Amino acid sequence: MRFTGVTSTGRRWLLVDAATLETRPDRYRLGHGWKVVARKEFADHLLSARFYVLILILGVAAAGAVFAASGGIRAVAPSAVGVPALFLKLFTVTAEPVPFPLVVFIGFLAPLLGIMFGFDAISGERSQGTLPRLLAQPIHRDEVILGKFVAGLAVVGLMLVALTVFVSGIGIFRLGLIPTPAEIGRLVVWLIVAVIYVGFWQALATLASVTVPRAATSALIAIGIWLVLSLFGGFIFQAAANLLAPADDQTAALRTEMVLSRISPLTLFSESSTLLLDPTERTVDLVTFDQINRAIVSDLTLWQSLLVVWPQIVGMVALTAVLFAVAYVLFMRQEIRA
Amino acid sequence: MANPTVVASRLTKQYGEATVVNALDLRLHAGEVFGLLGPNGAGKTTTILMLLGLVEPTSGTVEVLGLDPARNPLEVKGRVGYLPDAVGFYDSLTGRENLRFTARLNQLSRDEAEERIAELLEEVGLPEAADRPTGTYSRGMLQRLGIADALVKRPRVLILDEPTTSIDPEGVAEMLALIRSLAEDRGVTVLLSSHLLHQVQAVCDRVAIFVEGTVVAQGAPHELASKNRGPEQVEVQTKADQERLRAALAGKPFVEAIQASRVPNVYLVRVTRGSTNQLISALVQAGLELSGVRRSSDDLDEVYRRYFHREEVAVG
Repeated sequence: MRFTGVTSTGRRWLLVDAATLETRPDRYRLGHGWKVVARKEFADHLLSARFYVLILILGVAAAGAVFAASGGIRAVAPSAVGVPALFLKLFTVTAEPVPFPLVVFIGFLAPLLGIMFGFDAISGERSQGTLPRLLAQPIHRDEVILGKFVAGLAVVGLMLVALTVFVSGIGIFRLGLIPTPAEIGRLVVWLIVAVIYVGFWQALATLASVTVPRAATSALIAIGIWLVLSLFGGFIFQAAANLLAPADDQTAALRTEMVLSRISPLTLFSESSTLLLDPTERTVDLVTFDQINRAIVSDLTLWQSLLVVWPQIVGMVALTAVLFAVAYVLFMRQEIRA
Repeated sequence: MANPTVVASRLTKQYGEATVVNALDLRLHAGEVFGLLGPNGAGKTTTILMLLGLVEPTSGTVEVLGLDPARNPLEVKGRVGYLPDAVGFYDSLTGRENLRFTARLNQLSRDEAEERIAELLEEVGLPEAADRPTGTYSRGMLQRLGIADALVKRPRVLILDEPTTSIDPEGVAEMLALIRSLAEDRGVTVLLSSHLLHQVQAVCDRVAIFVEGTVVAQGAPHELASKNRGPEQVEVQTKADQERLRAALAGKPFVEAIQASRVPNVYLVRVTRGSTNQLISALVQAGLELSGVRRSSDDLDEVYRRYFHREEVAVG
């Protein structure tokens, strides 16, 4: 291999350049670079091994959950007449031997999705030695991080939509139930909330990838935070509530615990899911038996459900935005050379 | 001379207490190849990153093609090609795909990009490897692809950080020829950094010798060499033995030392600067049968070695 025809080609370039030098954009179109980055990342993700592993895990889990749920619904079919939003029960109920309904399962796996598509966002560029080359191109630094974030979220969105359609398809086939427009509306809103929730974890993983030079370390940090919150979160919030609330008032302690636990995006997402996928759920707060007994039984519309969990959704968006902003600021100030 | 394309004045970078680049002044012109020479850790890469606007100077100013890289980063980066030290590519993409990504970031149209990429891959000698993932490339091939990558945007200024490391000697010669042709035929300003003097002095119009963040000498290679007032070392090859050689040169004021080399019949003679001619005529007059006379160390090499070892050297 050699540099062939150096001089002659050099002269050819000279001719080409005289004609094309002026076509170079004098001002680079803003908002172009992040799309280029996002497109490349999106294509990379779709071809990556991790994508297929996740599709496989989610597919198997979803199939198991939906068969269990539909089996459970069929078993009680005679008494299920008149149950509101029966179709959505595919997502929210389970039966032996599957331990979780699909919604819980997705709530559990969503952090993994976000972490998988974010943990090597910047550290990967560093370890491959592509970061200096990338940043020497005419794009702003923030476009790199934004493009990667959008691409990861797009892939996750694609997966979740495919999964929901897959589950709905099996449900229609097994139960013969056609979802009503209201149910479809609830599913769509829930999907959007699920993507926001994944976005939180992706922002967290991106932040880790900015601060830690090694991709493996960054993945471990993000997974560690996820495990602590999901395994010990309840315990931590309970202990904190007991410290804060008056010792003799159990209701106060419980209320404090609920409020505190809403710091955690896990709580925010599970509350949002419950409300959005079940029109008979009316509140995420503590209710007394008295209140339940006196309530007039009626279903909430999608808008009413959305109104109840709006703070939760805004909370998730805010947490995501804060993490992303921190990652962004740190990346902007960072040295190119590690 | 025309307006300079790259100007740095009093450029300084400090990390805490350490001054990595100290009051650097540079003026580069179109069509010029400029070499930044210095040992590893001399501040070459930091200087380059400051010229690109990727590192903020502590003080001093940079102007590239009349623009401040800190204020107009996109305009500067769109016109400056950069080959980083230890360049990396996306392993899972092919060489062609990697270049395509760069072309898109530079907002080249699709047709123009494809044509340009094919041309460049041919030029750097990677046409067969173009559609293999870069994960399978050798270090030298990555370096070649890096050159192509830097040229995709048709830069007016080309900055190459250690371009010749990990390329085989033949490849180095080809790359240097390519650099010369870019400068001469296309009027590209080339700034290259290296710690390998020999590879670089042939191709550079001017060099700056850079030690611990400070430029200790700057100018055309031959000018720098002529400023060296130290002795010259000459290799004399003759059938005559050392006795006769010593006898022939006895009493000559310009001879400083005579010693045998490791090669039989070759002697090393140190003479005062500029007196090689006198040495030759003295040997001929003495009737020694000479089979060869050669300066054993290059002039610039001497300068470079002395700076690198931070010896006191007489430079005017």
